[in-house]
Amino acid sequence: EFRRFSLERSKPGKFEEFYGLLQHVHKIPNVDVLVGYTDIHGDLLPINNDDNYHKAVSTANPLLRIFIQRKEDADYSAFGTDTMTRKKNVLSNVLRPDNHKKKPHIVISMPQDFRPVSSIIDVDILPETHRRVRLYKYGTDKPLGFYIRDGSSVRVTPHGLEKVPGIFISRLVPGGLAQSTGLLAVNDEVLEVNGIEVSGKSLDQVTDMMIANSRNLIITVRPANQRNNVVRNSRTSGSSGQSTESSLPSSTPNLLGSVLQAEEESDEEDIIIEDSGEPQHIPKAAPASESIESLSQIELLHESTQNGFLPSSEANLNHSAGSVNMEYEEPEPGPKSLEEDGTIITL
Amino acid sequence: MRRFLRPGHDPVRERLKRDLFQFNKTVEHGFPHQPSALGYSPFLRLMAIGTRSGAIKLYGAPGVEFMGLHEENNTVMQIHFIPDQCQLVTLLDDNSLHLWSLKQHGGASELREEHRFTLKGPPGSPPSATQVTAVLPHSSREVLYLGTESGNIFVVELPSFRVLEDRTITPEAVLQRIPEDNCNRRSCELVEALREHPKNPDQILIGYSRALIVLWDLQNNKAVHHFLGSQQLENLYWQRDGSKFISCHSDGSYTQWPVSSDNRQSEPLENTVPYGPFPCKAISKIYWQTTKNGLPYIIFQGGMPRASYGDRHSISVIHGSQQTAFDFTSRVIDFFIIFSSDPAAEFDDPSALVVLAEEELVVIDLKSAGWPAVHPPYLASLHCSAITCSHHVSNIPLKLWERIISAGSKQNIHYSSMPWPIDGGTNIAPDPPQRDLLLTGHEDGTVRFWDASGVCLHLLYKLSTVRVFLTDADPNDNMNTLGEDEWPPLRKVGTFDPYSDDPRLGIQKIYLCKYSGYLAVAGTAGQVLVMELNDEDAEHVVEHAEADLLQDQEGYRWKGHEKLKTRDGPVRFEAGFQPFVLVQCQPPAVVTSLALHSEWKLVAFGTSHGFGLFDHQQKRLVFVKCTLHPSDQLALEGPLSRVKSLKKSLRQSFRRIRRSRVSSRKRRGGAGNASEVQEANAKFDQDVLQEMELAPVQRKIEARSAEDSFTGFVRTLYFADTFLRDSSRHCPSLWAGTNGGTVYAFCLRVPPAERRMDEPVRAEQAKEIQLMHRAPVVGILVLDGRSTPLPEPLEVAHDLSKSPDMQGSHQLLVVSEEQFKVFTLPKVSSKLKLKLTALEGCRVRKVTVANFGSCKTDDYSENDLAVLTNLGDIQIISLPFLKLQIRYPCIRKEDVSGIASCVFTKYGQGFYLISPSEFERFSLSTKWLVEPRCIVDIPELTSNNHVHNESGKENASRKS
Repeated sequence: EFRRFSLERSKPGKFEEFYGLLQHVHKIPNVDVLVGYTDIHGDLLPINNDDNYHKAVSTANPLLRIFIQRKEDADYSAFGTDTMTRKKNVLSNVLRPDNHKKKPHIVISMPQDFRPVSSIIDVDILPETHRRVRLYKYGTDKPLGFYIRDGSSVRVTPHGLEKVPGIFISRLVPGGLAQSTGLLAVNDEVLEVNGIEVSGKSLDQVTDMMIANSRNLIITVRPANQRNNVVRNSRTSGSSGQSTESSLPSSTPNLLGSVLQAEEESDEEDIIIEDSGEPQHIPKAAPASESIESLSQIELLHESTQNGFLPSSEANLNHSAGSVNMEYEEPEPGPKSLEEDGTIITL
Repeated sequence: MRRFLRPGHDPVRERLKRDLFQFNKTVEHGFPHQPSALGYSPFLRLMAIGTRSGAIKLYGAPGVEFMGLHEENNTVMQIHFIPDQCQLVTLLDDNSLHLWSLKQHGGASELREEHRFTLKGPPGSPPSATQVTAVLPHSSREVLYLGTESGNIFVVELPSFRVLEDRTITPEAVLQRIPEDNCNRRSCELVEALREHPKNPDQILIGYSRALIVLWDLQNNKAVHHFLGSQQLENLYWQRDGSKFISCHSDGSYTQWPVSSDNRQSEPLENTVPYGPFPCKAISKIYWQTTKNGLPYIIFQGGMPRASYGDRHSISVIHGSQQTAFDFTSRVIDFFIIFSSDPAAEFDDPSALVVLAEEELVVIDLKSAGWPAVHPPYLASLHCSAITCSHHVSNIPLKLWERIISAGSKQNIHYSSMPWPIDGGTNIAPDPPQRDLLLTGHEDGTVRFWDASGVCLHLLYKLSTVRVFLTDADPNDNMNTLGEDEWPPLRKVGTFDPYSDDPRLGIQKIYLCKYSGYLAVAGTAGQVLVMELNDEDAEHVVEHAEADLLQDQEGYRWKGHEKLKTRDGPVRFEAGFQPFVLVQCQPPAVVTSLALHSEWKLVAFGTSHGFGLFDHQQKRLVFVKCTLHPSDQLALEGPLSRVKSLKKSLRQSFRRIRRSRVSSRKRRGGAGNASEVQEANAKFDQDVLQEMELAPVQRKIEARSAEDSFTGFVRTLYFADTFLRDSSRHCPSLWAGTNGGTVYAFCLRVPPAERRMDEPVRAEQAKEIQLMHRAPVVGILVLDGRSTPLPEPLEVAHDLSKSPDMQGSHQLLVVSEEQFKVFTLPKVSSKLKLKLTALEGCRVRKVTVANFGSCKTDDYSENDLAVLTNLGDIQIISLPFLKLQIRYPCIRKEDVSGIASCVFTKYGQGFYLISPSEFERFSLSTKWLVEPRCIVDIPELTSNNHVHNESGKENASRKS
């Protein structure tokens, strides 16, 4: 069903009013619906608050296509998961309304249904000139795809300007994860890997650190192109955004480091294959007496065991003869930390 | 947050750590790499060796060792002991002189550099004016005579190194005082030799390169005699009584000259070319030693016929009708003779010839008939064939120790029984607390057993595995036997033989059970030998089995070397370790891991294709398991990184050639030449640097996938008696870890002892753990209910260990290159982990359990993991909680072979190769420290006759 109506672009009003208008226009006053629109890139985006409503109206060119779906039979899959790769489908849906009509399953999903591929994190605590990027690696279909090199950068130190050795991104593999996120670029300086400063470490050491963390890689970079930085005016926290531009205060990374360490725990589970008896799930290691800090659950939700591990376990199955029962270890109840002697021990 | 607290928050533990751990590099074993100079003090009976890297090492009686390092790291060219002093002077190739002295400090002597000095010419003079070529420490101990390239002889005062300019002996002064015949300024260029008159300290013999020899009177500043040879001079030597001297020349001749007061221009007494008449190489050094029976010993270096034997490194000894040219496998650096040092004695009576060759030290007994070699107690050539692996066994039971020594003594019968002639100093180090063996595997298929208990690494026994196989070269074919009528009378001496007949014979893994005397040895061509110690010679057949590790895998082709051919029929073995079982892996890839359980009589071995278990009691293969990933093609194609290593060795040899060229030019080839070379080198380095700038080193960041090569490579094998299936019954098990991060566990059923021969050993796979980070598994260990590592096989039976706790729950520790993980058993669930690489970017290269005792109390000791990383750091990690205790930088991270060669002992010590021929020993423990502690005293001056002055001379002459 199509409806065409006009809105005053300069005075769009509130989302509530717009929602009411939609219900009125479609004569569905008491039906809960999901509202979406296609942006200029052809991505299907939700309208569910004043902000994105205003955004949608302001980007209309000149027509704004709005999709409305009943909440009950909404198909969330249209949104989110790898919009980039599904762009074509979405586009074709949008471009050929007939086709779209036959598949009315496009819905806007909730954030937890997205599969994050990369994210910018800790924006609130990092200096504006730095960017902390998290790359999520699922399975082996897409390579991480970047190279690093040695180089030197100029820092402001108490003794004036100083040239210090640094690690830089030297190349992005076309089609690789790093390139497709658009968050990393050639000549970005790598400052930290999963919360650990790379200064004083060799190229090989940093390489090994990145590979060891490759399933959940968090790297802090100083982008070579500083023009795309998020401008944060009026910072209430009064952090030393400007002063840290040249040299990282040592306390901040450590603080962040602890957070990152905790997050990092969600990265992997080993596989155990038992030859004996019934298939049974091996219970997770009984929590020891140490206190458990429960950490951000969101991280655990991202833990998609199936996605990552299936191919390899199949391989195992293939070459181990006989009837082999596979068991995945369940995710640990939550990363716990146990401090000792300055080293990092995690239970 | 809390994990970022710095260490030190637990003062009790911190204090305990101080009592337990301490890092020391204690002693260097083996033969110095690239020796360049030799010195000997008959007075201290100490020998000094200098190296190209600027190290200087002093050796005396076994256990007496000192080491010093010149800051400049330049080549040591000459070493001279100051007569009758605990001091020595070294000359480096940068023309600097260094005075070292042995001083007592804290109850032991120490070698310290006292002064350094570089001779400076007048402004504007060429560098050759002060380039020192000859050094003579005068017996007065007050001055040093320095002969130079310019022909000037400078006199410097000791120990201040003040130049006494008024005493300089210039060529002009020399020429003025000798008749004009045939002598011009050019005759006095380059001082080759300076020798003090043995009886009259006021006279020195000056030998110039152009064969002019002058006997110079220091008191009156005049030439007493001059002698003119016809050939370029190489060296000089005084006869003991001072009536004659001998000169040797570049054409391979030597000449005797009489020194008599009546004749001022002397004619030679005798001029001989010992290996003539065809052109000969130079004789670079000569000794003339008198004996009671009248026949002198003439000992000289070189002089071989140029065309046919010019490539030999020889030292000839002539004594009457006896003549032998000792033929060394490497270049002769220098040599000296040990003779009667008592100045009152009438004859030299030489007892030993000590030769420093580039790769070994050889001592020849000149007193015994046939001039046999003396077995050196130190400076062993570890690299007589390249070391391919090493294995350390601590605390050897006395019984086994004695049996090994007795087997070794039967091999050493051709050595002289002479006590070690270099016996200065006193070893005051306490006796080693236990008997330790270091076993080194070599490229030529031998295993050498070294006594590693103390400071002197001493060869006890050498085992060869070659006899089991058929190789191209028959081991009985002795190349050294040359007929009597051969001329020159060459005789091969020394053990250095870098040429392996067949690289497949190389030893890759060694495992010795010290309780049972079983030894398992595995090599490059997939051969695994199990041996037993036998005190008698024996002839028997070696059981032979083949293990096809590929089994049902299809379509693979092995492009590497063939397996070794075995000898049919019985083989004769000498007393010692005698093989009784041979297992050959198919394909014959290099054996990458080996484990032996002497109680269950099982041996496990792994290659890049899989692993197998062999029952050496029943001589039956129990099972094999292929670990190969179907996509892993590389593993099948042949020996690992064959191409790479060849490239590397080629590159190295080129580098060596370049380096040797540079250094040889540096030696004498004029200053201009040397600087040119240096310039060229600098330019080359710059070019290389620029190249590097243009193409920066890049590293790809990519998650590891299962498709990586060599995932099937078996890195570690481990036997354990633990709870594998259920928590009520423990059973023998075999664990294997691969390069791809997989751990396999097999449950074994070993029949009880009384039915051991009747029932077969059975194995069944029980578990397979895939580490998700896929890093190579380098260590597997089971901790018992008390969290103590399980004891070694037979350790409990010999009452040397508490029996393991089988009540509590066992834990499995898996060490990968990146992480340490503890799992529970029998249900495998992750309990603890320490991520090394993710945090520090370093990887585990070696890991061992070591026992650390407290230096404060005798009753406290604990087990920790000693870990070596790819950065050359050593870390100690506690068990079972995996907490980093302490970290020491140990090996340079660029020193890949050093890191690869590192071996830890059970008590917190370790060894690694600092050069192909030297082990550095280090200690992590406060309790177990093996380091040299010795005293060198100035021997008492027996009487006045030792003092070289006028009265001493009179005294001596009165006696005679």
